[in-house]
Amino acid sequence: MEHIRMPKVENVRLIDRISSRKAALGTLYLTATHVIFVENVSETRKETWILHSQISSIEKQATTVTGCPLLIRCKNFQIIQLIIPQERDCHDVYISLIRLARPVKYEELYCFSFNPKLDKEEREQGWKLVSLNEEYNRMGVPNNYWQISDVNRDYQVCDSYPTEVYVPESATAHIIVGSSKFRSRRRFPALSYYCKDNNASICRSSQPLSGFSARCLEDEQMLQAIRKANPGSNFIYVVDTRPKLNAMANRAAGKGYENEDNYSNIKFQFIGIENIHVMRSSLQKMLEVCELKSPSMSDFLWGLENSGWLKHIKAIMDAGIFIAKAVAEEGVSVLVHCSDGWDRTAQVCSVASLLLDPFYRTIKGFMVLIEKDWVSFGHKFNHRYGYLDGDPKEISPVIDQFIECIWQLMEQFPCAFEFNERFLIHIQHHIYSCQFGNFLCNSQKERRELKIRERTYSLWAHLWKNRADYMNPLYREDHSQTQGTLRPQTAPCNFLYKFWSGMYTRFEKGMHPRQSVTDYLMAVKEETQQLEEELEVLEQRLADLKKVQLNNRKENSKQQDHNTHLGLSTSNNSIANTPQDYINNVKSFPSRSPSQGDEEDSALILTQDNLKSSDPDLSANSDQESGVEDLSCRSPSGGCCLPSEDSGKDSDEAVFLTV
Amino acid sequence: MEFAELIKTPRADNVVLHRPFYPAVEGTLCLTGHHLILSSRRQDNSEELWLLHSNIDSIEKRFVGSLGTIIIKCKDLRIIQLDIPGMEECLNIASSIEEQHCMGNTHRKQALSTLDSVTLMYPFFYRPMFEVVEDGWHSFLPEREFELLSSVTNEWRLSYVNKEFSVCPSYPPAVTVPKSIDDEALRRVATFRHGGRFPVLSYYHKKNGMVMMRSSQPLTGTNGRRCKEDSALINATLRAGKRGYIIDTRSLNVAQQARAKGGGFEQEVQYPQWRRIHKSVERYNILQESLIKLVEACNDQSHNMDRWLSKLEASNWLTHIKEILTAACLAAQCIDREGASVLVHGTEGTDSTLQITSLAQIILDPRCRTIRGFEALIEREWLQAGHPFQQRCAQSAYSNSKQKWESPVFFLFLDCVWQTLRQFPCSFEFNGHFLIMLFENAYASQFGTFLGNNESERCKLKLPQKTMSLWSWVNQPYELSKFKNPLFEANSLVIWPSVAPQSLQLWEGVFLRWNRSSKFLDEACEEMNNIIEYNKELQAKVNALRRQLAELETDDGMQESS
Repeated sequence: MEHIRMPKVENVRLIDRISSRKAALGTLYLTATHVIFVENVSETRKETWILHSQISSIEKQATTVTGCPLLIRCKNFQIIQLIIPQERDCHDVYISLIRLARPVKYEELYCFSFNPKLDKEEREQGWKLVSLNEEYNRMGVPNNYWQISDVNRDYQVCDSYPTEVYVPESATAHIIVGSSKFRSRRRFPALSYYCKDNNASICRSSQPLSGFSARCLEDEQMLQAIRKANPGSNFIYVVDTRPKLNAMANRAAGKGYENEDNYSNIKFQFIGIENIHVMRSSLQKMLEVCELKSPSMSDFLWGLENSGWLKHIKAIMDAGIFIAKAVAEEGVSVLVHCSDGWDRTAQVCSVASLLLDPFYRTIKGFMVLIEKDWVSFGHKFNHRYGYLDGDPKEISPVIDQFIECIWQLMEQFPCAFEFNERFLIHIQHHIYSCQFGNFLCNSQKERRELKIRERTYSLWAHLWKNRADYMNPLYREDHSQTQGTLRPQTAPCNFLYKFWSGMYTRFEKGMHPRQSVTDYLMAVKEETQQLEEELEVLEQRLADLKKVQLNNRKENSKQQDHNTHLGLSTSNNSIANTPQDYINNVKSFPSRSPSQGDEEDSALILTQDNLKSSDPDLSANSDQESGVEDLSCRSPSGGCCLPSEDSGKDSDEAVFLTV
Repeated sequence: MEFAELIKTPRADNVVLHRPFYPAVEGTLCLTGHHLILSSRRQDNSEELWLLHSNIDSIEKRFVGSLGTIIIKCKDLRIIQLDIPGMEECLNIASSIEEQHCMGNTHRKQALSTLDSVTLMYPFFYRPMFEVVEDGWHSFLPEREFELLSSVTNEWRLSYVNKEFSVCPSYPPAVTVPKSIDDEALRRVATFRHGGRFPVLSYYHKKNGMVMMRSSQPLTGTNGRRCKEDSALINATLRAGKRGYIIDTRSLNVAQQARAKGGGFEQEVQYPQWRRIHKSVERYNILQESLIKLVEACNDQSHNMDRWLSKLEASNWLTHIKEILTAACLAAQCIDREGASVLVHGTEGTDSTLQITSLAQIILDPRCRTIRGFEALIEREWLQAGHPFQQRCAQSAYSNSKQKWESPVFFLFLDCVWQTLRQFPCSFEFNGHFLIMLFENAYASQFGTFLGNNESERCKLKLPQKTMSLWSWVNQPYELSKFKNPLFEANSLVIWPSVAPQSLQLWEGVFLRWNRSSKFLDEACEEMNNIIEYNKELQAKVNALRRQLAELETDDGMQESS
């Protein structure tokens, strides 16, 4: 609190990004965890909440006659533009936010104050939802080929690895330790995915410290052990996910890559995925394109190409496809590494696992996958996503790229995933929100020291509780797409990669399809379920009624019949008594109601977020704790202001003026 | 019939057909007057490929030893390869196809007036295998459309001034004009508008009584010629004290240049109640080149992402989409939001004008988003309005021959509709396949609907008597079921599409149709259908049971009371 110089500023204007003519007048509040803007309009009091941890940059722009503009860019790609009347106030807000957005200790983060009002037991249950132990058992290990090693019990061998690591049966502690000494940051080869159908596996590590000529017997034995764990194949692939040039440059620093001559039976392969710095600047460039005011088609496409973003996404996907193919089709095990083995390696191993195993395409399985390849293997969440004030050069959208790869796959395989786009967007949001403790710190070791499980809540439990919102209505367990390995089209396929508007311009509602097929189908499915229930009740009633009539004819007591009849109907009163309404409901889907009866042009039925709002923080920039739901998305005004904007942008402003 | 003379080798055995994503098929190739047919003899996989000669856009021959290969590129953007053993046979077949293919296009090579060659095209020989329940040639008569209009306003009349196509050769015999303007005035206005295309009603907005009209450019020339009947005509559509908008689909510069050639635009002094807006939309060969570049980009086999994006950008196709949609939104906005009437024209008023007026109606009028309504829209705003289909659709993206009047004007319109459908997936009764079907038929068809360049030509060709209408086929319940959008929920709203670059996408259904497997997307569509069908089925069951129960309960009640 001591960092807040200015807890409240009045007469602030929030600028509408699409149409700068529109601005909302309101009051700006700074709290310990959020920036809150409350509109003055008394009926709605629309609120915009921004978590400090979401703020990626704050820009104070030159003062104009109308006031002092402040631009806040968020990690979830929201952009907020405020105009504060007094320069001094603006400066105070700016200084406060600079500090608030860059906490210096973990305890300042939101997850330590966030309280979803669950008791201790519920919290613990939440943390148990995703269990890696169970996951490795599901994969089929330990078994004859793979054992669980306790060599890293107290993080003695590798402090960025988990305590429980799966290694080949023939890899002794001596081999593991020896190998770890020959690998960057001692990240020795360990099991990421095991395919029980053919014993092929995906292992991961960091680069070897080979320099120009160094060798390590134990490391060579380690790779040999991995090969032996797959009796069906006489070699393994070693995939270095870096561009060859980068890997070669590393040799000068005593690092590098495996020499095929030193290792028996390996096939070495480079897959050029660029490093975190290239990716950071690529995203930066793409976001600059998204920020352009009314760009032309050429501006946009040229900017997209120039950013290289889709090229990088495709490189990651190609690596995943290569590995999945080696495992599924050739039955060959693969060892994957990059430099430290915690960025590109995590991306590629998780994409490959998801292509191979339908389980990872379910809601639960996707959580497990992130837990396995990202959280447990020491992906440096804190550094990459800038939770604490640190080196800006460490920041890079590594997991964002992984999440986008999954979206690209969902576009190609619409029935193969149990979850929908919203699930991915919400996960991305929470990776940056620091509302839950899952991703804090840089390794399992740090998280244990911080006692995350006792002091914060798990995101997975939260998402699981609301899983109804994240379902893909087209998913069917028995569907052919759902089974087995996903085989994306490879050549030619550039055109299959698309700009993900739902993520990068997700707050520019006007740009998205105004009707969501997913939400529509979910509403239909929900109704179908109600119909099924009603059908059962009706059939039962019909049967009873027939029985009653039969009894009537037998001149049984009327009173008694009546009772049975009543008894049945009361238990299902709610359904049985409302046929009329129900039919109406059928005519106009529940999801339609927000827009109907309002201004005609709010044809914006079923926009992405106006329907499902289990997570108000996400859908409406509001906060669960506050208990205040933001009306922006649900109110028709949120949608109806759009029509005139898109076409109006070009018409009202641009064209009419030229006349 | 002279077809037989053109077919040097009517048949070849052991021909292998290659298509992307399908296993090669070996079979017998037959050439008929209008088709190339390949049928495989394998019993387990008896497959037949029927390709209309008129669908062929270009042919390439290659030889490796005595094995010849013919690569056929079609107007629907598909590319197939035929391996034909025997050099002579291959050459014969290639030249036969070329002849056939050329014959189908002779109308282009010879003068347009020689309608004879058109009558050699397949629609004149096609005999339907289905029973015609409703003759599509009579489904959308102007009289019927006018009846609909008369039920909401009496300010308009149907004029037969063009009965003999003498006032305007590219207009239909019946047009809707303001009631207060007589035929004599129309004749005079026709002399003041390019090609005689005087302003006629395109759309009446029931909500506020505003209208959209379309015409060609006024022939003001350099000396500012004027025509008082012209201003009287368009002023007749204005409410007292209201202003209207003229949307000129050319840039101001182009419009000014047009004066030198006798054309021009409405000057403020002569049309004080009208505000002119120039909204430039590209035309003719620029669009055709854009199509060629785009298709080339889609067929690029390279693995280079940057190359794909830069080629997509360089094609400018999506830029044209954005331009057209923006202009249509503007017209719709003037009508619905500004409460003003609109006149749309460019030069001839047969291309960009029609793109704008028809898209604006899709935005404004829910009826145009139904299947019947959309068919009626195409009939009204494209066929009867005199879009020269035969000229525009003579070649597609692969043709090597010199372009003349080819331009994917209608194709772009369909793409814009698809973009809108993508943004409002529950607001259209039809699906993407319906639009693709229309694209295919506009370029090559067994039906007569898109033959000829205007009503006058269609009349001379006696198309309604001699050919089958596309609508007769489409509107059969079984065919329609394939084109229905299961998500459709009728809504009476105006739908405003986004024209931001982030919102516009490549129309995959057409451009990537032959370059990617659609298996998984098709499965998704099927699943969507299943979900909705099952829901409807349950609803019907529940309703039936409810009725049954209600009856039984009344019976019960009667028994009780008795």
